[in-house]
Amino acid sequence: MHELSIAMNLVQIAEEAARKAGASQVTVLYLRVGALSAIVPEALRFGFEIVTDGTMLAGARLEIEEVPVRIFCEHCAAEADLPNPQIFCCPTCQRPTGHMVQGRELELTSLEVT
Amino acid sequence: MSDLPKRLIDVRQHVLSKNDHLAHGLRQRFDQAGVRVFNLLSSPGAGKTRLLEETLRRLGDRYRVAALVGDLATDNDARRLARSGAAVRQIETGGLCHLEADLVARHLEGWNLADFDFLFIENVGNLVCPTSYDLGEHGRVVLMAVTEGEDKPLKYPGTFRWADLVLISKIDLAEAAEFDAAAARASITSVHPNATIIATSARTGAGLDEWLAWLEMRTP
Repeated sequence: MHELSIAMNLVQIAEEAARKAGASQVTVLYLRVGALSAIVPEALRFGFEIVTDGTMLAGARLEIEEVPVRIFCEHCAAEADLPNPQIFCCPTCQRPTGHMVQGRELELTSLEVT
Repeated sequence: MSDLPKRLIDVRQHVLSKNDHLAHGLRQRFDQAGVRVFNLLSSPGAGKTRLLEETLRRLGDRYRVAALVGDLATDNDARRLARSGAAVRQIETGGLCHLEADLVARHLEGWNLADFDFLFIENVGNLVCPTSYDLGEHGRVVLMAVTEGEDKPLKYPGTFRWADLVLISKIDLAEAAEFDAAAARASITSVHPNATIIATSARTGAGLDEWLAWLEMRTP
């Protein structure tokens, strides 16, 4: 359960960005969370509610885009999303592949502010 | 809610960028000092401390070795490891479920890193949280004991996926635990097709030469 520390980092980054933009309140945070980021979105929401209390993020909504694991298959010379992040095989040709191109994201992409 | 106009601002920042930045600085310090640093991860009870004890003792003949040991509470592990003669410090996280670069940096104060060839960082026993935090290490070593079940890597793909080395520990108990080595290897390579795997026993010494050779290959 490190989502609480993650939420604290999130608040820090969001507050800094919002202040820099001259905003007074943050209403929505848009996040990208990879399937292999080791973050549980529900736990993050819970932690977020606790740590935003009394900040300019209080009451803000978390919009989480879950990013699937995408691999590059050398055999197919193409990228493909893994249906299951436990099996690193190309879903097209079934060959094992270790080349991951996305799925570990934990990124604050943008903020809606007033 | 206010009726002020809403607007969107671009951020595009990794949420753990502060930790990543600190870790980057640590890695530069480690490189300048010529010390190789390894981050040890496993669930509680997989045998990190026991393996480290044996590793410090054996490497200590030829190299200058040090260890930082993370635990939620108590300094038992540090006292145990200090018996090897290595420089050892405990990081008590006070309940925090993982180590962060900042915690590591603070516990390095007063040490001259150039005095060491190897530094081991034993993370808090936990297979989820530590994986998100770069500590500036050169290699990440994930342990799984034969008593844990062969499918552990499938349950924690986010951790095993990023292992530079997977150590199967307590191999001396394989028979008693009815450990299926082939099934374990299959679940490791399922999440990490190019994984390097070594089976070890800190008690009998099995696999330790291979593990030490893996470490020595990584010296500057």
